Amino acid sequence: MVDRIADIWGTRTPYARDERWPVRVDQVLAEGVRESEVERWVQSACVLCSNGCGIDIAVKDGSMVGVRGRSMDIVNHGRLGPKGLFASWQGVNNKDRLTKPLVRENGVLVESDWETAMERIVSRSRALLDEKGPLSHGFYTSGQLFLEEYYAQAIVGKAGIGTPHMDGNTRLCTATAAAAMKESFGSDGQPGSYVDIDECDAMFLFGHNMAETQTVLWARVLDRIAGPDKPRLVCVDPRDTEVARHAEVHLPVRPGTNLALMHGLVRELFVNGWIDQDYIDRHTMNVDELRTTVEQWTPEAVAETCGVEADDVRRAAEIFGTSERVLSTVLQGFYQSSQATASSCGVNNLHLLRGLLGKAGCGILQMNGQPTAQNNRECGADGDLSGFRNWENPEHVQELADLWNVDASVIPHWAPPTHAMQIFRYVEQGSIEFLWISATNPAVSMPQLPRIRDILSAEGLFLVLQDLYLTETAQYADVVLPAAAWGEKTGTFTNVNRTVHLSEKAVEPPGEARSDLDTFLDYSMRMGFKQLDGSPLLGWATSEDAFNAWKECTRGRPCDYTGLTYEKLRGGSGVPWPCNEDHPEGTVRLYRDGVFPTDPEYCESYGHDLLTGASVGPEAYKAMDPAGRAIFKTAPYHPAHETPDQDYPFRYTTGRTVYHFHTRTKTGRSPQLNGAAPDVWVEMSVNDAESYGLVEGDVVRVESRRGHIIAPVRVSGIRDGSIFAPFHYGYWDEGVAPSAGHRAANELTITEWDPVSKQPVLKNAAVRVEKVADGAGASSAPTTTASRPAGRGGGRKPALPTAGGPAAQAQETIAPVPPPAVATKEEHS
Amino acid sequence: MKLPVYLGLLHKSEGTLAESFRQVSEGHGHEPDVHFLCQALAAQCEEHQKALQPIIDRYGEVEDDDEPERLHADGLQDTRSGPVGLLRDLQDLYLLASLVDITWTMVKQAAQGLRDKELLDVVTGCDGQTSTQLKWLQTRMKQAAPQALIAAG
Ligand code: SF4
Repeated sequence: MVDRIADIWGTRTPYARDERWPVRVDQVLAEGVRESEVERWVQSACVLCSNGCGIDIAVKDGSMVGVRGRSMDIVNHGRLGPKGLFASWQGVNNKDRLTKPLVRENGVLVESDWETAMERIVSRSRALLDEKGPLSHGFYTSGQLFLEEYYAQAIVGKAGIGTPHMDGNTRLCTATAAAAMKESFGSDGQPGSYVDIDECDAMFLFGHNMAETQTVLWARVLDRIAGPDKPRLVCVDPRDTEVARHAEVHLPVRPGTNLALMHGLVRELFVNGWIDQDYIDRHTMNVDELRTTVEQWTPEAVAETCGVEADDVRRAAEIFGTSERVLSTVLQGFYQSSQATASSCGVNNLHLLRGLLGKAGCGILQMNGQPTAQNNRECGADGDLSGFRNWENPEHVQELADLWNVDASVIPHWAPPTHAMQIFRYVEQGSIEFLWISATNPAVSMPQLPRIRDILSAEGLFLVLQDLYLTETAQYADVVLPAAAWGEKTGTFTNVNRTVHLSEKAVEPPGEARSDLDTFLDYSMRMGFKQLDGSPLLGWATSEDAFNAWKECTRGRPCDYTGLTYEKLRGGSGVPWPCNEDHPEGTVRLYRDGVFPTDPEYCESYGHDLLTGASVGPEAYKAMDPAGRAIFKTAPYHPAHETPDQDYPFRYTTGRTVYHFHTRTKTGRSPQLNGAAPDVWVEMSVNDAESYGLVEGDVVRVESRRGHIIAPVRVSGIRDGSIFAPFHYGYWDEGVAPSAGHRAANELTITEWDPVSKQPVLKNAAVRVEKVADGAGASSAPTTTASRPAGRGGGRKPALPTAGGPAAQAQETIAPVPPPAVATKEEHS
Repeated sequence: MKLPVYLGLLHKSEGTLAESFRQVSEGHGHEPDVHFLCQALAAQCEEHQKALQPIIDRYGEVEDDDEPERLHADGLQDTRSGPVGLLRDLQDLYLLASLVDITWTMVKQAAQGLRDKELLDVVTGCDGQTSTQLKWLQTRMKQAAPQALIAAG
């Protein structure tokens, strides 16, 4: 047994390059439950991050009583991380669950029934449609529903109502991944595979604290590091993360300066001739523009702007330029920072320059944050057109109209889809009066919370909320619908590296809770949405019906699901798309042949100018004639819009800790995880703490131009001049009204977004710090991660090491079976 | 030679456009994308002015044009409010930027005729940015128009 709170990544199973990652099956059962008492193990995958670990749910007496990793799954080879082990089932199986619909009566939410709740929704919705038309409706969804649910929602929104105002919280998490791939390659679609970790010689982690965000993936890296021929690691992160501690080169850039660094790295490849001219000539375009843009970014210029050593920039570039096989991963440090899309395209550019794409160990993983973010993007519940179709291409719109049997003019395609921040702006201005939020908690997760709260409580807004719990956002709703959770419904979802998993229903939902799919189907039926022949717009009875309809929508598109069925996904491993006649077992890597989906008839987007977000448009794009070549996209570096000054001298950045997911609706209800990271903290460097006369645990007020929070200080290894706060902590378990609280990191963040991906800039703001009280002891920040204490604590008693004790013991079975093979034969070809 | 007239016109209209971008930025602070981008674009226009200066020094700028009212566009007086106000302000910027854009085109023609390499380099550095400004304005207006014209109160 291993304490998996103290030992986050579990026991090492070292392996060498080109070997397969050994299996280790991780298992946890509820206290007092023996393995022999488990009645059924039900197949699923974990929904607490984008990794998508295959998981079996233990069921006893109709309840979830534990989990174990699936040994045959190509994603996790049996492993689970702390969130999967402790929160997946305990986060759902909880007395606080919503069991009945709630409706607002005389200003308060009261228990009701489905008939009343749905009729209220439908009557408001219908009245508004009649009176003001579809633009009065907005949908803000999640990265945590199932594929079938997104597809239903996409059709209801696009073909039933016909509103362009649909987006997901994927805008906050993964929009830049999609945008960067569309710009560089013509379409969304992850080029690389997790197998590339097994086969690479060097790994670059760009703003990706993998050790905390995808713990099982990091365990795979740690096992390579513990093996005989470990990969060389480069880490770009302002914090002293676990990744940084294992890196040969750590580039702790100033928040907001990523693009300058990328320009410097690209320049070094040019200057030193570490490029594959033949690949560039045959498979790419616009290389001269790239060369001109990066020209001024010498290592010294980068050092000056980013606050890193020039020699470290050279060393990092040398590792990229000379290693045979390089894998890059990118996440929020790039996506939620200034010039997000341009910086992330910079990573694509590095790989294109060397042709390190589509072959063993040479991959790009533009990561996602949430478990099903990928499906939101594919299905188009986020505003994209379903099946990676291009809203500017009339033929693509017609294809959808044919599939759904509706008039093409209903499907909104006359303007870009409305992104989340703009949806909220329209609510603020009163032109969206009906907002339906599912499975997300903007009252804690969106930037500039005081403003978001005002918007949610706007007079005249009808707010529908679908969730498991009475979240901070639910407080503002007119109708709250109780949703069935993971394990209480059947459906599929797809992880970061395109692997599709089936998640089966293990137990009944509590009370009257219903799946989101059933709710959307019910809404569609009550609204009377029809196809051209008069039949119901959504005639599905089951999630499998929805999946089969979805397959048709993907036929011939990059995300081709036509070779998949529920049956095929049952019993074994998840399968990476495209899976079709040509690739019956799925596809490990995209772009093996160097042909990219940039053809104007096929591409998902005609692209944008990365500095302004101006659309390229069909004519200019066709004139470029990309013809299957990838496109070098870039922009000049521009300093962040809010930088430190005299009044607000620190750079503020927000992020995650390993023990929590999002706003803790699930992880906060797992005693093990909650115990490990019970409350908010802010991180300051040793030097900054000293110059402010602060010691570990002292309570400070951190203030931006928009609000303030009050939290104890963790003196950590963060770079000087920067302050970090975890964004997980809101107000549901604090017993205060959100408007009176000062705990959520987003009280301080700025309302601003990337011009192309429209992802909010949650990782860069200017703040000031002021001591409000002496601390009673060390802060409760975890000691096992990036928040590990640094310095001597100023004489204060050091923080106790984070551990889980007896309740956090998990069973690990090492190598009970040989490792699974990735689904296709191409892995070693 | 009338080129100095056009250089003067260009210099002046870049200045007007810069001011107007700034005004829209200030007037629409609640639209963060418009706010920040208009600032950046204003700076771009001023860079264009700077780039033109040595050329103007060489050819000489003509302040007094024979048909001033037909060539010069006034900048924005003040900004409007609300969704339709934003749309109109962006449209005004579009008109101003169009004037700049077409003037660059004409100056480019002249530069080619004169085989003035220095001027051609300046044009190449600037006119692409101006056309991107136009494209951005168009993109942003397309996004805002349906909501402003149909749904906003
Ligand atoms: S790595 Fe992610 S998917 Fe895997 S168990 Fe942990 S939280 Fe779940």
